[in-house]
Amino acid sequence: MNQHAAAPSGPDLAEEFLDRSTPLGAIRNLLHRYPAISPAVVLIAAVAVFGALNERFLEPSNLSLVSQQVAVVGTLALAQTLVILTAGIDLSVGAVMVLGSMVVAQTTVQNGVPAPVGLALGLAVGLGAGALNGFLVTRLKLPPFIVTLGSLNVFLALTLLYSGGATVRGGDMPALLTLTGETFAVGGVNVTVGVVMMLVLYIALALILQGTAWGRHVYACGDDPEAARLAGIRVQRVLASVYLAAGAILAVAAWIQIGRSNAASPNTGVDLNLDSITAVVIGGTSLFGGRGTVWGTLLGALIVGVFRNGLSLVGVDVLWQTFAVGVLIIAAVSIDQWIRKART
Amino acid sequence: MTANSTSEPILQATGLVKTFGRVVGLDGVDLELHHGEVLAVIGDNGAGKSTLIKCLTGAEVPDEGEIRLEGERVHFKRPQDARAHGIETVYQTLAVSPALDVAANLFLGRELRKPGPLGTVLRAVDKKRMRQRAKEELAALGITTLQDVTVPVENLSGGQRQAVAVARAAAFGSKVVVLDEPTAALGVRESQQVLEMIANLRDRGVPVILISHNMPQVFEVADRIHIQRLGKRAAVITPKTHSMTDAVAIMTGAAQEDPR
Repeated sequence: MNQHAAAPSGPDLAEEFLDRSTPLGAIRNLLHRYPAISPAVVLIAAVAVFGALNERFLEPSNLSLVSQQVAVVGTLALAQTLVILTAGIDLSVGAVMVLGSMVVAQTTVQNGVPAPVGLALGLAVGLGAGALNGFLVTRLKLPPFIVTLGSLNVFLALTLLYSGGATVRGGDMPALLTLTGETFAVGGVNVTVGVVMMLVLYIALALILQGTAWGRHVYACGDDPEAARLAGIRVQRVLASVYLAAGAILAVAAWIQIGRSNAASPNTGVDLNLDSITAVVIGGTSLFGGRGTVWGTLLGALIVGVFRNGLSLVGVDVLWQTFAVGVLIIAAVSIDQWIRKART
Repeated sequence: MTANSTSEPILQATGLVKTFGRVVGLDGVDLELHHGEVLAVIGDNGAGKSTLIKCLTGAEVPDEGEIRLEGERVHFKRPQDARAHGIETVYQTLAVSPALDVAANLFLGRELRKPGPLGTVLRAVDKKRMRQRAKEELAALGITTLQDVTVPVENLSGGQRQAVAVARAAAFGSKVVVLDEPTAALGVRESQQVLEMIANLRDRGVPVILISHNMPQVFEVADRIHIQRLGKRAAVITPKTHSMTDAVAIMTGAAQEDPR
């Protein structure tokens, strides 16, 4: 390749536009290029601090508990990441998951449908909800915030109407439905099938986003939809497919949720939509779209899980835990804004 | 690819009419682009430059008139149609995706897939090959300031971003490259780089249509200059036979010229 000697003397090289003049500027550029670094640092620091404050924190049984607490939110946050990468937002993730879990549980327990068919129906609910959100966003051109605020309420009402407000106990369900709650030991830590499923979804989506044209288009659509359109990308089609994919992930979240709580309840997990957004934001994905990684989101979900678990082990009131998560969100977005200034 | 086929223009528009309600944007415009030339299109605001270019690149559909590409009648309904025929456009808005790297931007919307089932079944993109091709394309255009094609475009200067956009057009614009005010957002030195790229494109045999407000730039790089006035072609001049003052006079209607 051309050596630097062949280039006209220096100042036009890309490096010129990166501010390396101060150590702080260098850090900012590093974070700009690898946005998952800051949540990773926060997670390691949090684990170290809580481990020092309370010896029970790092015990295998407690780490197992944290991983289980993160499994559901982490899966919801994965769907949320996909939507937020397109500069959208999905307020209905929790409601879609709960509706899906109720459909899976009720059809198998009350209607006697075979468990795999019940799960397929749950997947259909997720895809249907994603298709509806995607249709409203891309065809009626409504803002995603409004669309999903509306569909959140619609899905919540449908859940309560359909279930009659009744919880289905895990003991009444076929074993396949509660499989996600089964544990096996990895190096002394009990890991649930649900946690493994979540991790598999993360790996799959990370590969898809980085390694396929569709993944690149998702970033491009969130980054600058007009530039994407001029480059020949069918932006509306990509957006619709994103909501559909998010719906499929939410169906898996419904399954994980049934195993985690060993029940399907119309009231559990409804408020997880905000937690999923929290995980995404803390994970360094920009709410303005086009920037972020699924690994950042996983770190974000782990940070929230570690904070809640660690603070309660140390004996901090649950309200102060919520307070701490709130501070985390604001700090994360502030850092994101500061990093974005790295562009010239 | 020398200009031996001067008899037949590669791109020819005749009698283009485009109205927007009661506003006449184009009032029977003709345009010819020959092989291996840079044709500048200049004109005052509202003279119909943009509308003319939009008709040629599929962003607008003319009400009347015909467009021929290599003698074949073509009908562009959307930008993709023109692109499929080998006409690439660079927009003044620096239409690149800031967070994606240089190579990803060059191949945005037409990514290369990996060979074998990895590409056909799993639809995996071939990053290595795209980076290699991106480097070759930039080198062919004489762009030496972009050594690293894995840099996100937002870390580049305006001129370098425009270089990416021009390289993208050059890589895929097999027949014609259209540049709409490519230097409008750029500084002096960066504009110069873009002009060099345009000259480079022509030397590779790719005919270029350049829309610009900037007279010195037009006179520096263009082979012929199409002057648009009041929705019509007022004249076609060359930098050799006319001065900038002449061009301005024709643009503003102070001087008349045979519109051929």
